[in-house]
Amino acid sequence: MKTYQKLLVSLCLSSALAGCSMFGGDEQAGGSAAINGSNGGASTTGLNGADNFTGHPLDNPASPLATKVIYFAFDSSAVEPQYEAVLAAHGAYLAANNGVAVIVEGHADERGTREYNVALSEKRAKTVQNLLSLQGAAGNQAEAVALGEEKPVVLGHDEKSWRLNRRVELIYPAH
Amino acid sequence: MNRVKKIGALLGFLLSFSAWGGALKIEITQGVSSAQPIAIIPFSTAQVVGEVWVDVAQIISDDLARSGRFKPLPRLDMLNKPSSAAQVNFRNWQALGQDNLVVGKVLPAANGRLTVQFQLFDVYKGEQLTGFSVPANSASLRAAAHRISDLIYEKLTGQKGAFSTRIAYVTSAHGVNGQAEYKIQVADADGFGAKTIVTSSEPVMSPAWSPRGDKLSYVSYEGRRSSIYTQTLRSGQREKLRSFKGINGAPAWSPDGSQLALTLSKDGSADIYVYNVISRSFRRLTRSYAIDTEPSWSPDGRQIIFTSDRGGKPQIYRISANGGKAARLTFEGTYNARASYSPDGKNVTMVHRVNGQYRIASLELATGFTNILSTGSLDESPSYAPNGSMILYSTSDGLKTILAAVSSDGKVRQKLRLQGGDVREPAWSPFKQY
Repeated sequence: MKTYQKLLVSLCLSSALAGCSMFGGDEQAGGSAAINGSNGGASTTGLNGADNFTGHPLDNPASPLATKVIYFAFDSSAVEPQYEAVLAAHGAYLAANNGVAVIVEGHADERGTREYNVALSEKRAKTVQNLLSLQGAAGNQAEAVALGEEKPVVLGHDEKSWRLNRRVELIYPAH
Repeated sequence: MNRVKKIGALLGFLLSFSAWGGALKIEITQGVSSAQPIAIIPFSTAQVVGEVWVDVAQIISDDLARSGRFKPLPRLDMLNKPSSAAQVNFRNWQALGQDNLVVGKVLPAANGRLTVQFQLFDVYKGEQLTGFSVPANSASLRAAAHRISDLIYEKLTGQKGAFSTRIAYVTSAHGVNGQAEYKIQVADADGFGAKTIVTSSEPVMSPAWSPRGDKLSYVSYEGRRSSIYTQTLRSGQREKLRSFKGINGAPAWSPDGSQLALTLSKDGSADIYVYNVISRSFRRLTRSYAIDTEPSWSPDGRQIIFTSDRGGKPQIYRISANGGKAARLTFEGTYNARASYSPDGKNVTMVHRVNGQYRIASLELATGFTNILSTGSLDESPSYAPNGSMILYSTSDGLKTILAAVSSDGKVRQKLRLQGGDVREPAWSPFKQY
């Protein structure tokens, strides 16, 4: 049983590390620049018209739609600038596909009390939900769900783990 | 060799399997030097036909030791083992430095039942302080032992004992298929006899006792959205409270059992609501654009305290249970949350951040003095024993979460470990109703 847990932790860690390099921290200028590059064309045409990509637009690695997890600062529900293009793309995608629904799942790190963290993670989810509707997503397309600190992706008592757990996940149930 | 190995492996499997059900193991990590010496002599079972499997005196001894206020004499140091007053030579026990002495026996009663008889003596005066016969049967001997612990504790400290109470808590572990498995369990206050009352592949949280101790309300994410359930412990039957879009969380029973305070976010941000069990109606208590959550009732049922970040950071506020204006209670530090009243209503315990560490603190309401009680860095979910003597909470232990307890004066500390997974969000039951 213990070995299994360890395995799971290390699996989580390795995927979390991958997440680290992809999304970058607050201080990783390179990461945000790459995302800002596609910022001007944050309309659906730019995203769906990916040159050689024939898969589902939500899976296109060249599109901001491929990013479905965004991260937050401690005790904050403000969306950081490097994620604005990602959320704009998802909002526009929803506006263009009004049959598509998304669950906006808010999470918190383990610090602080559990029910307060549920409320904090809901604030994060609702901020994201609002940004999606600003792009034209209908109210019934995005549902905010708050999980607090109950479902961490990384188990660790340090900032490296905590920053990966303070997140909002965009889950397309039908996708 | 091979065979031995195989047996070893099998044993290992069985051991890990039995650990899976999980018993809480309690260790005292800090006691007090002023603990009273007491000799609890093994109870005689000579008159009972057949085997008595429960060591009543050992349970009493463990209970009293766990309180931190008593120091039971080890059995090896006992010169003889009297089981009735006539056999006691008080001078022997004075020589051993004992203040008090307990003798007793388990006796057969009518219809295959049992009676547990005990006497508590003051060793120096050579006087009986109290003595009772407690009815029992072979299945309720542990309960009878805890009852006796309560009677001894009350006689010697003047404070009601809480050994016959239970604790509820949340566990999480990864099941055989790697899926997360969340449970709420209920165990005796000494960690014995843990029973799972609900199991889910999605999180369960915030167990809250009804004031009579017969029901437990909790939050469950089954179906991936939060709902509040109230489960009758005896039958296992549960009722889902009407749930709303957004948060359905933080249930807290009013002391008279007629209302349930809870957190809903159906009207925007998280706010405190009160559900009337009789009329089945909801009433909104707080209205702010901030987070309001974690309600808890004062013992007289007239006030509700809760966590709010309306001032920018989470702090504790108090509001009349009928509504009105909320007043801020905490001013020390930038993070105070999940407060609950001590049973006498004079203190509240809460999570308090100091130097980036989340600790259990108590706030004395009359003076506003904050007393930091725990020593961990991620301590949470403090819950008072119904006699106010101890506070149970969760703390991190490496990558695991375990339970810990601290006396309300901070002098006695315990750790409660559960093998096989995390254990958190302890909730101490009210007193047992006899």
